[in-house]
Amino acid sequence: MDDLLLNQFLLLGAVLFCIGVYGVIARKNTVLVLMSIELILNSVNINLIAFGAMWGDIAASVFALFVIAVAAAEVGVGLAIVLLIYRNRRTVDLDDLAQLRG
Amino acid sequence: MVAQNVFFYLFAAMIVLSAIRVVTAKNVVHAALYLVAVLAGVAAQYVLLAAEFVAATQVLVYLGAVMVLFLFGIMLTRTEVGRSQDLTNRHWWSGIVAAVAVFAVMAYALIDAFGWSRTPLPADTRIAVVDGSNTSTVSDAIFGQYLLPFEAISVLLLAALVGAVVLARKD
Repeated sequence: MDDLLLNQFLLLGAVLFCIGVYGVIARKNTVLVLMSIELILNSVNINLIAFGAMWGDIAASVFALFVIAVAAAEVGVGLAIVLLIYRNRRTVDLDDLAQLRG
Repeated sequence: MVAQNVFFYLFAAMIVLSAIRVVTAKNVVHAALYLVAVLAGVAAQYVLLAAEFVAATQVLVYLGAVMVLFLFGIMLTRTEVGRSQDLTNRHWWSGIVAAVAVFAVMAYALIDAFGWSRTPLPADTRIAVVDGSNTSTVSDAIFGQYLLPFEAISVLLLAALVGAVVLARKD
């Protein structure tokens, strides 16, 4: 193991992605679900940068920056929505927010 | 190259352990602070991959802005800042099943396609250095080839800003 391998970064990304998937499914607090989504977005970025280093393509860095910008926008709007839900319903527990269930 | 591998496994262990604590912590604020460790480790991995501009952006945007937003979200929704047991729902085991299944598929595909030792990264993982550093190459790409997506991102950020203000404003 004397070279950095592409696969070790990809597997790290896969592990981080799966932890994020577990968090999205298992967590009940809306803010914690948003944090798990951040884990997933970061795993995608690791994959992008690793492939960029592999093929020597700068587009990977550009797209990783775009992902970071979109994630920042997503967190801003997401937390504003969570705040609005809290203000109207006094809870951010996803199990209590079942009004749309048919 | 050995030093790079040592640091890779060091930061990878930090990322994975902290990420597991993010999704299992009993305290919302602790989860947010473990998320800081994950994001810092990811920034370190970017440095290992010679993408220093993305690493700096990660530190500024994620560790700075996004984490402050998360902490504000936690404080403003007063989601039990202390220890609380009620953060994981009854069906958490289905999350384990889904995560393990997804990981099995991805690990099989990755090892099948890029087996160990078959695809080392280029010896000096300098990404497409034209002249100067990675940062100047990134800026050339953003303000040249990717100018239109960049403008679209700035409009998106403006829309998100206005939307967040409209949503969160007390009437």
